[in-house]
Amino acid sequence: MNFFDIIFYLFALITIVSAVFVVTTKNIVHAAFYLLFTFFGIAGIYAMLGADFIAIVQIMVYVGGILILLLFGVMLTNKITDVEIRTGTIHLLPASIIVGCFSGAVVAGMIWTDWRIIPGEIPNSTAKDLGHLLLTDYVLIFELLGILLLVALIGAASIARREKE
Amino acid sequence: MLQVGLYHFLIISGILFSLGIYGIVTRKNAVMILMGVELILNSANINFIAFSRYGNFGLNGQVIALFVIVLAAAEAAIALAIVLNIYKTFANVNVDEIDHLKE
Repeated sequence: MNFFDIIFYLFALITIVSAVFVVTTKNIVHAAFYLLFTFFGIAGIYAMLGADFIAIVQIMVYVGGILILLLFGVMLTNKITDVEIRTGTIHLLPASIIVGCFSGAVVAGMIWTDWRIIPGEIPNSTAKDLGHLLLTDYVLIFELLGILLLVALIGAASIARREKE
Repeated sequence: MLQVGLYHFLIISGILFSLGIYGIVTRKNAVMILMGVELILNSANINFIAFSRYGNFGLNGQVIALFVIVLAAAEAAIALAIVLNIYKTFANVNVDEIDHLKE
């Protein structure tokens, strides 16, 4: 085990343990904060795979944007006077059994498949090449995503707006 | 087996996917279901980037992962707007109690 492996297991441990807490804790605010650690762990895993730009984007978009949105959602949809913001759970036992079997099947399938592994070189920085790809091969999807974000922005604002009395 | 390779990243992503499914199935609160969806999107992203790194596909997998992140942001914004509207109408966001379209 070299340094790379130790760092990987550290990030994997952070990610999996905090994800388990996200789906099992009763308090919604605690779940949101465990989700923070999950996102940081996943950003670390991206960085280990040589995707430095994606790791930064992950931290900026997920931690800075989506997590804050989720916290706003929690705060706005619960009575703030309640001391504890809790969520109910249903079908715990059957869900555990089925998801356990499913997880075993997925992981076993991934382990026993003989993937064709040709490790490429890790580039020093991916931002420049990603920019080139976005404006050459993927330019149509890039523009469509811009339109989609605009539509989502307007749609979200108009859905969440309060009706005039 | 202890040497980290493609399989380790795939196993991480498989476990995250299952945890996301578990969160979606067992939670009542709509915001918690959104958190499960975010876990699933992240596990798919790990798969994209891992195969892009170990399958010699250049940066194509990373571009797709970028698109997935953009879609996740749009999805979270729209979904939370809908959740706020549901809360205005029903005064709670438990998905098992909301079973009609109009009050």
